[in-house]
Amino acid sequence: MTAAIDDITRAIIAQHLAREGAALPILHALQAEFGYLPEETLPMVADALNISRAEIYGVATFYHDFHLEPRGKHTLTLCRAEACQSMGGVALAERAKARLGVDFGETAAGGQITLEQTFCLGLCACAPSATIDGKPIGRLTPQKLDAIIAETAR
Amino acid sequence: MRVFVPCDAAAIAVGADDVAAAISEAARARGIGVEIVRNGSRGLLWLEPLVEAETPHGRIAYGPVDADGVAGLFDAGFLDGAPHPLRIGRPEEHPFLKRQTRLAFARCGITDPLSLDDYRRQGGLKGLERAIAIGPAATVEEVISSGLRGRGGAGFPTGIKWRTVAEAKGPQKYIVCNADEGDSGTFADRMMMEGDPFCLIEGMAIAGLAVGATKGYVYLRSEYPHAAAAMNQAIARARRHGLLGGHLLGSAYAFDMEVRIGAGAYVCGEETALLDSLEGKRGQVRAKPPLPAHVGLFGKPTVVNNVISLASVPFILAEGGAAYRDFGMGRSRGTMPVQLAGNIKHSGLFETAFGITLGELVDDIGGGTATGRPVRAVQVGGPLGAYFPRALFDTPFDYEAFAARDGLIGHGGIVVFDDTVNMLEQARFAFEFCAFESCGKCTPCRIGSKRGVETLDEIRAGIEAALKLALLEDLCETLKFGSLCALGGFTPYPVLSAIAHFPEDFGIHPRLAEAE
Repeated sequence: MTAAIDDITRAIIAQHLAREGAALPILHALQAEFGYLPEETLPMVADALNISRAEIYGVATFYHDFHLEPRGKHTLTLCRAEACQSMGGVALAERAKARLGVDFGETAAGGQITLEQTFCLGLCACAPSATIDGKPIGRLTPQKLDAIIAETAR
Repeated sequence: MRVFVPCDAAAIAVGADDVAAAISEAARARGIGVEIVRNGSRGLLWLEPLVEAETPHGRIAYGPVDADGVAGLFDAGFLDGAPHPLRIGRPEEHPFLKRQTRLAFARCGITDPLSLDDYRRQGGLKGLERAIAIGPAATVEEVISSGLRGRGGAGFPTGIKWRTVAEAKGPQKYIVCNADEGDSGTFADRMMMEGDPFCLIEGMAIAGLAVGATKGYVYLRSEYPHAAAAMNQAIARARRHGLLGGHLLGSAYAFDMEVRIGAGAYVCGEETALLDSLEGKRGQVRAKPPLPAHVGLFGKPTVVNNVISLASVPFILAEGGAAYRDFGMGRSRGTMPVQLAGNIKHSGLFETAFGITLGELVDDIGGGTATGRPVRAVQVGGPLGAYFPRALFDTPFDYEAFAARDGLIGHGGIVVFDDTVNMLEQARFAFEFCAFESCGKCTPCRIGSKRGVETLDEIRAGIEAALKLALLEDLCETLKFGSLCALGGFTPYPVLSAIAHFPEDFGIHPRLAEAE
């Protein structure tokens, strides 16, 4: 298993290494491949970029998008910014947490669904908004939210 | 027979993909040949998905359409523009569009975003052609004379920035487009990149030519995957057709560009944090000086401009700086794509000359709240912008006029709240957001934001409220003057405006506050 991760990681690094400022493209590609950043990948990225392990760890943990732990099969992301707040976003956030029994950043339903928060999806003119596995959803209602959770947490 | 169904992410979020599929399906079932064009959004977002049928009398719009309603549209004869309860008529006759001055967004919603032919037919590439004809120095002068100021929020004159980079010496310079549109209530950059990506590409190519930069980056936030896909496809097509590459439109000028995806950090919208992020580092703010114009990306002279600033440039070059400068008021020249968001009836993008009042935008054009309740507060300029009460609705949309009332126009987003809003909660959120997104480099922002949340919790609980309010104002002073960038420096705007205009939510009797 680890050997496979090593090989894939090496290939991904090689694909992006020649680019200027390659760190973020590499981390994005690794996360797209594995769903998160497995522990053994970061030292390999550090070696390739000729930076310290501490530095790449610093980069990986600075950005909200990168995750060092495996994630749920699905990801439900709720926008919690002001435009969505003005249209009932706060209550929707509380509802999602209560339905799933987790806080933001946590995974529920035996690994089926990870609940995430974001601050603005740029869908502010059809608030409140969310994404499910990257698919945008506008004019979210409690009923729609319940249906999405029922569908994905199954 | 052509039918237009927007590919804009906001339209997709309310079902545009399903509507497009349903139209294809219904047309096939009825044996009608229909070509579906995925256009950008017209910006009448409360009417999305807005479907348009191309008829001999022009394009006729219907909205908001859902997939289940498609059969009914066919039955009514929407392909011929027939009457239907959802019929809007010709979009350009709709008051929301008719009252606009569309310079940057002239094509958005009209064209197929990825058709270079459409782009050229609707006036595209004239700006770049003229820039090639008049050369770098005259191009910079044209942008200076237009009076264009940074649309990202800072409002710095774009042409002056370009001149600084043009005069800087160095074998490599960069154009960096700040597409890290993180402010809540804003989506103009997203709409531009999804609806008219060639306009941004043309603007960046002109910038490259003007300052002597051959490489450009669009730093695009990861929350915008649809915009990233549109930009990447448009760049590939632009390259194939010689709009990018070694010889711009066959000239001696070279320019190429690529998209880089952010990773979920609001602070990377600050230009120096953005540059560090592009370099592959933590997105932390740099102390200025040196300015990015002198020491920017990888230490090279760099223009960092917002999407709308760059997308305004093709018009300025095509029609001349004076044509752009003729719009607007005072030192705010040209147009601004105002974004009406949150709890507002007519939500969407409204590009207009500076000078229109906040009240006109919210009440008249926006039609008040979506919930039908009274408007209590509007936040202008994103999470770092001030909350304005109705009493300030006569403020003209203009950089200086908003500054004079302790506010800012930022990137042009207006978020409307009805009378159920609690302004102490909004002030608390401003600190919470600052704490969550702080890059951690400077203490006022990193620590002050947390102390702000705690202090507001004490005020809410009634623990020495008057004392704590004084403390909070003191804390805001520290943030304002001690922070490295606008994240910490501007967080006091929403906080102090909430206290000043809505004291009753903080347990302060309005009349007592006035007497002080």
